[in-house]
Amino acid sequence: MYDFSKVVITSSPHIKSKEDTKSIMADVLIALVPSLFVSTYVFGPRVVLMTAISIIACMVFEAIYDKIVGKENTITDLSAAVTGALLAFVCPVTLPYWMLIIGDGIAIIFAKCLFGGLGKNFMNPALAGRAFLLASWPVAMTTWAAAHSKIGLISNSQETLDAISQATPMAILKGTAEGDLPSIMSMFLGQCGGSMGEVSAVALLIGGVYLLLRKVITIHIPAAYILTVAVLTFLFPSGDLGHVQSMLYNVLGGGLMLGAIFMATDYSTTPVSKKGQIVFGIGCGLLTVMIRFFGGYPEGVCYSILLMNTTVWLIDKYTRPTKFGAPAKQKKEG
Amino acid sequence: MAYTFRGGIHPGTKNDPGFKSATNTKPIEVLKAPDKVILPVSMHIGAPAKPLVKKGDIVDMGQMIAEAGGFVSAPVHASVSGKVIDVAPVLHQNGSKVLSIVIENDHEDRVHESVKPKDFEAMTNEERIQAIWDAGIVGHGGATFPTHVKIKSGIGKCDTILINGAECEPYITSDHRLLLERPEEIVEGVRYLVKIMAVKQAYIGIELNKQNTFAKIEQLLNNDPVIKLAPLECRYPQGAEKQLINAVTGREVPSGKLPADAGCAVFNVDTAGAVYRCFAQGMPVIRRVVTISGSAINEPKNLEARTGTPVTELIDACGGFKAAPNKLLAGGPMMGVPQFTTDVPVLKGTNAFLAFCGDEDKRVKNPTCIRCGRCVGVCPMHLTPVYMNMYASRNDLEGCEEYDVLDCIECGSCAYVCPARIPLVQQFRVAKMRVQDKRRAEAAAAQK
Repeated sequence: MYDFSKVVITSSPHIKSKEDTKSIMADVLIALVPSLFVSTYVFGPRVVLMTAISIIACMVFEAIYDKIVGKENTITDLSAAVTGALLAFVCPVTLPYWMLIIGDGIAIIFAKCLFGGLGKNFMNPALAGRAFLLASWPVAMTTWAAAHSKIGLISNSQETLDAISQATPMAILKGTAEGDLPSIMSMFLGQCGGSMGEVSAVALLIGGVYLLLRKVITIHIPAAYILTVAVLTFLFPSGDLGHVQSMLYNVLGGGLMLGAIFMATDYSTTPVSKKGQIVFGIGCGLLTVMIRFFGGYPEGVCYSILLMNTTVWLIDKYTRPTKFGAPAKQKKEG
Repeated sequence: MAYTFRGGIHPGTKNDPGFKSATNTKPIEVLKAPDKVILPVSMHIGAPAKPLVKKGDIVDMGQMIAEAGGFVSAPVHASVSGKVIDVAPVLHQNGSKVLSIVIENDHEDRVHESVKPKDFEAMTNEERIQAIWDAGIVGHGGATFPTHVKIKSGIGKCDTILINGAECEPYITSDHRLLLERPEEIVEGVRYLVKIMAVKQAYIGIELNKQNTFAKIEQLLNNDPVIKLAPLECRYPQGAEKQLINAVTGREVPSGKLPADAGCAVFNVDTAGAVYRCFAQGMPVIRRVVTISGSAINEPKNLEARTGTPVTELIDACGGFKAAPNKLLAGGPMMGVPQFTTDVPVLKGTNAFLAFCGDEDKRVKNPTCIRCGRCVGVCPMHLTPVYMNMYASRNDLEGCEEYDVLDCIECGSCAYVCPARIPLVQQFRVAKMRVQDKRRAEAAAAQK
């Protein structure tokens, strides 16, 4: 006789794919590593410390929240770590640590946990944290250190900040800051000012390709987003730039790559169907260009994604796939 | 060019696509007839068969021992010769006790007088369909729908026959081996089916992981003007009727309707083989090729067993278990029925019996949807499982209906890819039952 004491009865299917929530989040973290390297090369070791503190702060905030409400600890799914890394990446390297930690708290507690945690938040937590920081400390959040400047590891006095700060290409394009536009190549490789994560388009693209190969994200949102920005800025060049130049500066500059690859692809806050994802990407692109051209801010990625986050339920409703075998009439309407 | 449908998955690893490498090169071994066979009167969908024998009767191999209990029903035949030792409820693969005829094998294999070749050409179509019914032929792919019903209701409505050799369920290789080792029976069976149903075209759909069967089948088809080989890309659930029809013909079976409404009749390859055996040898369904595989099996094999053989004997023939199994399945890992013992008989539709001892199931506590949308991309019915699950978990039946939970075919593609490990199929099964209960209650209330 055989031993059947361990046999369990469960519903089919009885095999599952390898990928789980944790492995997906780990892949996102891995995809951010190239940017972390370039950023550390450009801005120094403070980048690593900022990122580490932000990740730890997010995980601690989530653990505390889980403890208070009596939920099972959820930090092992690594989603809080992803939020921490992303929030650090959209902040200037000179931002005081305590501000960053407050941003982490807003992102995790208010934007994520209070809505029910992973998968139930309707706004991208990292971007919500950034929006909060920008509204609270607008100067600190828009002080951009120049590449290869001496940045203090622990704190930076106002004099140092004044000495090392440099206008971002987006602000120069907008005309809200003085300065010469950096070359397109330096924006591509990462030799100019900006937030920690957005300095190098090529490093972000490497991360994006990794995520695509690992099938963590699909091409739909990033492609729709970036193409929309490219087409619009090509057709309507900003300032006195040529068509191609305008397109390249707008696509490579600012947080577009970071936003399109890592933020606009956040599962919880984006549509579930491919059709919906394309609509979402186009919407993000339109809003980004409108904010950059007509808005009060030089950069529009953060707010355009947050705005589009709020439309996801509507997009999902109208881009629902037509079911197999639906009557022909329904098919046309759908 | 290979055909396929939109959606679906392809489980397996790089070195072992479809988890079929354990048995796809192993020839079918004929298992010694057991000392005792257990033949339930329900080995098919529909009314149970009615026993024709009683305890103490001596029966011959191939003798009808239970007659069809209605039109949608199939008879049962003795798979060995010997003495009926019991007619009583016995544990069935469905988990309950089902009236079964237990025969003690005398190991003489005396063939019953009714088993003799039939002159197909001389028979009328009515007689041919009756012969298929009398042979107890049901869908051998696992659904076990009586074949004569499919033929009869399809004549005049169907212009196409599809022979299902997709075998898209992971691990299973019984159809693969049959296509490789007994293609003559299958092709001849298809020829019979084409004549009976008088269709314009027939396709034998086989996935590309069984390419080594193509040459022989093409040779047997010999440029047949009606029957063609249709290579299919490897994609689960291509063997589901609606997906196979869509892959090969491009037609969509309307929601809530049957394949015949799209002009198609789908038969499993071994069903075609059974049709051949019914006419050429006169032998009813008394044998079944079963793949025994899974991580807990010592020596995975493809075994040909008599119907009614206790599965334990098949496990014994495969060297028993490597380690105590934690999951036993009748059928494939995607849609198979879990078992708590191997003390159940092999049925007409038992294409595989699997045993696992690893963490294939990967269940977790408190699964949380992260809205990744993978389920939407893989659903072969083009539904949105993420929303169906949301409504089902709130017990919002109107939401479930609105999101077409009744169109779910329970293939498990969504639950397979779900990184949060949500038991989606279980959710939808419960939701479907509740929606149907609600509809019935409403219909009953409207009648009052």
